[in-house]
Amino acid sequence: MSTKLNVNGQVRGIDVEPDMPLLWVLRDELDVKGPKFGCGAGFCGACTVHLNGVPIRSCVTPISAVGEGKVVTIEAMSDHPVGKRVQKAWLDHDVVQCGYCQAGQIMSATALLTHTPQPSDSDIDAAMGGNICRCATYVRIRAAIKDAAGMAGAEV
Amino acid sequence: MNAQTKIGASRRMFLKAGLAAGGGLMISLEAPWRASADAPPVVLSAYIRIAPDGLVTIMSKNPEIGQGIKTSLPMIIAEELDVDWKDVRIDQAPTDSRTYGLQFAGGSLSTPMNFDAMRRAGALGRAMLIAAAAKQWGVPDGECTTSDGVVTHAASGRKAGYGALATAAAGLPTPNASTLKLMDPKDYRILGRRIGGIDSPLVVTGKPLFGIDVTVPGMVYAVYEKCPVFGGTFVSANLDEIKAMRGVKGVYVIKGGTALDGLLDGVAITADNWWRADKARKSLKVVWNEGPTADQSSAGYAAQAAALSGQPGAKVLRKDGDVEAALASADKTIEAAYSYPFIAHATLEPQNCTADVRGDKVEIWAPTQMPSQGLSLVAKTLGVPEANVTVHMIRCGGGFGRRLSNDYMVEAAAISKAAGVPVKLVWNRADDMHHDFYRPGGFHYFKGGLDKAGRLVAFRDHFVSFGKGASFVNSGSMSGTEFPARLVDNYLLEASLIPCGMPTGPLRAPQSNALSFVLQSFIDELAHAAGKDPAAFRHELLGADRTIPGEDPFDTGRMRKVLELVVERSGWGKASLPKGSGMGIAFYYSHRGYFAEVIQATVPANGMVKVDKIWVVGDVGRQIVNMSGAESQVQGAVHDGLAEALGQKITFEKGRTVQANFNQFLLLRMPQSTKIDVHFLISDNPPTGLGEPALPPVPPALCNAIFAATGKRIRNLPIDPALLRQA
Repeated sequence: MSTKLNVNGQVRGIDVEPDMPLLWVLRDELDVKGPKFGCGAGFCGACTVHLNGVPIRSCVTPISAVGEGKVVTIEAMSDHPVGKRVQKAWLDHDVVQCGYCQAGQIMSATALLTHTPQPSDSDIDAAMGGNICRCATYVRIRAAIKDAAGMAGAEV
Repeated sequence: MNAQTKIGASRRMFLKAGLAAGGGLMISLEAPWRASADAPPVVLSAYIRIAPDGLVTIMSKNPEIGQGIKTSLPMIIAEELDVDWKDVRIDQAPTDSRTYGLQFAGGSLSTPMNFDAMRRAGALGRAMLIAAAAKQWGVPDGECTTSDGVVTHAASGRKAGYGALATAAAGLPTPNASTLKLMDPKDYRILGRRIGGIDSPLVVTGKPLFGIDVTVPGMVYAVYEKCPVFGGTFVSANLDEIKAMRGVKGVYVIKGGTALDGLLDGVAITADNWWRADKARKSLKVVWNEGPTADQSSAGYAAQAAALSGQPGAKVLRKDGDVEAALASADKTIEAAYSYPFIAHATLEPQNCTADVRGDKVEIWAPTQMPSQGLSLVAKTLGVPEANVTVHMIRCGGGFGRRLSNDYMVEAAAISKAAGVPVKLVWNRADDMHHDFYRPGGFHYFKGGLDKAGRLVAFRDHFVSFGKGASFVNSGSMSGTEFPARLVDNYLLEASLIPCGMPTGPLRAPQSNALSFVLQSFIDELAHAAGKDPAAFRHELLGADRTIPGEDPFDTGRMRKVLELVVERSGWGKASLPKGSGMGIAFYYSHRGYFAEVIQATVPANGMVKVDKIWVVGDVGRQIVNMSGAESQVQGAVHDGLAEALGQKITFEKGRTVQANFNQFLLLRMPQSTKIDVHFLISDNPPTGLGEPALPPVPPALCNAIFAATGKRIRNLPIDPALLRQA
């Protein structure tokens, strides 16, 4: 199937099967390597991207379901008003260990703060519960989210 | 406790300095290092370049797996060199044992091995830059000082940057390593600070840093199907059907050997993208000769352990005094059977490797913790000289010990050789879970005896582990020096081995991550039976401060101090907790680190344990290298221990692994993360590593907290909420 995909504001042509997951179109067809492969089943969140501003697991999203929707990945977060604050907070809190999950974490956190600028702890649990960090940097992820939200007492 | 406790930091270092390519000063260091007095020496190295523009480039020689070594070792050099951290650049070194010595990430060893040598390498540079300035100005070296990459002669008010001095310094004789003046730790300006990971800006912007992100020209994507039963061999497959599928470039039968950590039989599919290769694989039908391991299962292992528990152990690992007589005359005896399961590493980045085999030349790009071992394995398997194999170490999306084995590396090389083009092999999650080198499970049958005063007078452990013949499987052994050995007069440790066809290997804090659970839980049982506070009972067992000598020396004073401090910081014994909540305590010595931890947990009616807070006190010597990285490693290790205790289990049926993904093998998630109070107790001992030693106390401290909260003793991991549910 020959079609077009809107990724990070650019419309790009692709020729793939309709059931090919968005993750592999991005990684192997379009060389957008920020979204990561972790489980292939929507369990770990390493592949999280935004589709029309909503965080989705690109490893279980067939390209046929994307249509003309706007796909935004970690590569565009430096130009995203909330995303760049989240990235800065991630560095300020030295969140990263191995870093493999962090693109997905940042995409989920950015979506959370875009829709819920002042999240509670349970908002954070709910929004981030689908993103596994195998190094378990959760203490710092939580602190960084609160910091990016400009919330006082960001230390947890 | 692990065996490598004496650090043979040799003073025999070879420091060289000279002109760098492109100008400036190049410093190299070679130093032999021994894990213990009788161990063979390995060569440490450092390479530093100070360019004419003042930028300092340090080669990072060990693999980065998230432990932060690419940041922390250069911090040590930069401190002694006395440069501003913002002027430091770090390059990843290639795998080259002739140039860089031993390159690996494991055993929490990078810090203890390298700390002293890296300091001297930095100090050499500083001494030579001072000498160059002093010569230029005609003043004694001793009148010059340094700060942030500038040499100053205060009396004449002259200053010169390192960059301006570097080329002149390169022409000076190299001073003797033993005469170098090291910084006074009270003047440290980099060491002990919080410094962010050097590559983190690239991580948070999604740059292609990981093994799975590698692309090389002309590359195809590969998947590799192996027999689900470990050690099974290929018989036949529907290769032609697969070859006809969309995007498929080739299908190859690869013949392997019998070593489970080498190349095994399998079918490789290459395609023009990874998903097509993986999709084609779903139609692949392979007939395997499953071999003898097909008869093995977790249920079978448990039945064999139960049968062995009724017999004397097959071998005695340690015997002190007369444990049977002491048990017979004890005032009170306690018996308990404990077990823990096999578990997987589950690095979030699945195993992968890119390989380009052209004739007898091989180029590899791999996330690996042990690149030199992979290089040798590839050379041997493909029958090419090691000198013809290049291994690029790529950042690992997690290690935890999994990438000490390079099975995926040799697979990629074999597939590239068969396909005649570069290939990127990526395992799917099921491959990763089905073909791990698991933390082996184990069974412990304990009996302890207390005298009238509630003192431990007898301790017996029949350890049922796994092995082949009389040898334990990898990471399934137990040392005769594990606490409370050497602290109880009558002690017997014996072992029996169940034959095991499953591959096993080190997982973060190997051995310790399992043994701490059984030992520190059973000690807790003994404390309660003695009617004593669990912290006080442990304190009493440690006795007077002393170093217990032997192949694995144990400093009871260091443990006593971390125990006392964690008691104080957590409010142990003082806090009044609501019903259903409790505190548990445990300590453990591993990887040269002394850690004591307290966990407060709540067990609601549904039995789902909630961890409220964890207090950690660790003694890893006199200097924390990077405070941010150190705390982060402890937080991660502690959460890792929680995940293992709360939900992780690999089971086998008919010789194959049951669990295939994260819905069956549970990793910790945000809602389960907890507050962790981390405190380092500084002691006058050499700095040691932090990747591992904070983990072992976690599972027993949690289970001991559950006992305090509910009166129910957890003797089998993972914790089963059904046992804690209130009717």
